[in-house]
Amino acid sequence: MDPQARIRKVIETVTKKPVTLAADESLFDSGVLDSFALADAVTGLESEFGIKVPDADLNPRKFDSIARIDEYIAQRLV
Amino acid sequence: MACLKSFGSALPERVVTNDELAARIGCEAGWILQMSGIVERRWAAADESVVDLAVRAGDDAIARAGADRGQIKLVLVSSGSAERRFPGPAAETAHRLGLGDTPAIDLPLASAGSLVALALASRLAESVGDVLVIGAEKMSAVIDREPLDRNTAILFGDGAGAVLVTRNSGSLRVVDSVLHTDGSFAQTLRLEFGENISMDGRTVILQASRKMPAAIQEVLERNGRKADEVVAFLLHQANRNLTTRVAQAVGAPVERFVSNVELYGNTSSASMLIAAAEWSADAKVSANEPVVFAVFGAGFQWGALLAAGAT
Repeated sequence: MDPQARIRKVIETVTKKPVTLAADESLFDSGVLDSFALADAVTGLESEFGIKVPDADLNPRKFDSIARIDEYIAQRLV
Repeated sequence: MACLKSFGSALPERVVTNDELAARIGCEAGWILQMSGIVERRWAAADESVVDLAVRAGDDAIARAGADRGQIKLVLVSSGSAERRFPGPAAETAHRLGLGDTPAIDLPLASAGSLVALALASRLAESVGDVLVIGAEKMSAVIDREPLDRNTAILFGDGAGAVLVTRNSGSLRVVDSVLHTDGSFAQTLRLEFGENISMDGRTVILQASRKMPAAIQEVLERNGRKADEVVAFLLHQANRNLTTRVAQAVGAPVERFVSNVELYGNTSSASMLIAAAEWSADAKVSANEPVVFAVFGAGFQWGALLAAGAT
């Protein structure tokens, strides 16, 4: 499964709803994620990708779209 | 370490409902409840000050303890909404409590201040004697400015809480505490003079969702205790949804997290002690049963304190 599909799966698990928006569409502006769901999503992403998101990186802008999350995770996996 | 002898609280009379705020902001009352878990909050009268609330809460804690005011050797007052740059509310509060020339120190730490003060008092009580800790806030004064910001106006309320910390007399014994600060987020939650409170809510929630559970786990693990042993969690009352997230993260039943945010909103540094005052009125904590206090606030400042039944 490609990374963006895995990210989509994590968000769907957290929100319990299908995520059909485009990869560069805002997860917040579209109403898919709110502040609390984002916290759960970050935990889910850490588990799915085997990474640790440091507190300094807990900035909603890094997680505003599937494309941005993909970019961030790629950096963490290097 | 020190003991917690008694708690106290003070709340303004005026109740501000979600319906009242919704009409002013232009939203549905149900949206406020959904976003915050808050049903109503108290706002102080125009002539009711942070000091007025602080004095009432301090008097309540002293009365509940039946304490001799002469034994109080230090006063710590936390407020993020004090009316002026200086002097802060501590000096006038101590004066009006009849504490003579007892030293009184301000800790202007919004939301986190009462726990920071409590942690300091627990260490100081051994050497100086009884310490009166007060958190007092008039948050309505910093949100009730036109135009109202819908994201902050719905959250905050006014009130004060207090705790009397003694060397060795009280139903709870302080075991340990952890305090942390990260100034890289200083701009994220702030209050400039003459302005409304400024808050990047998403970042605050995201950070608090991580940092509060981590502090709780840190103080528990350091003392060989587990979250499911804790009989009561007394947190800064910011948002019911945040409390639920913290409960899930530490692995303890949410029913053990004392909550009154529904009735008073977020009273910043007063909230934890107001919750403790209400909880302590009929709480029965057996010897060595753990109780945890935890906060997160502007700065960011955050921390947790472990106490245990003393008898």
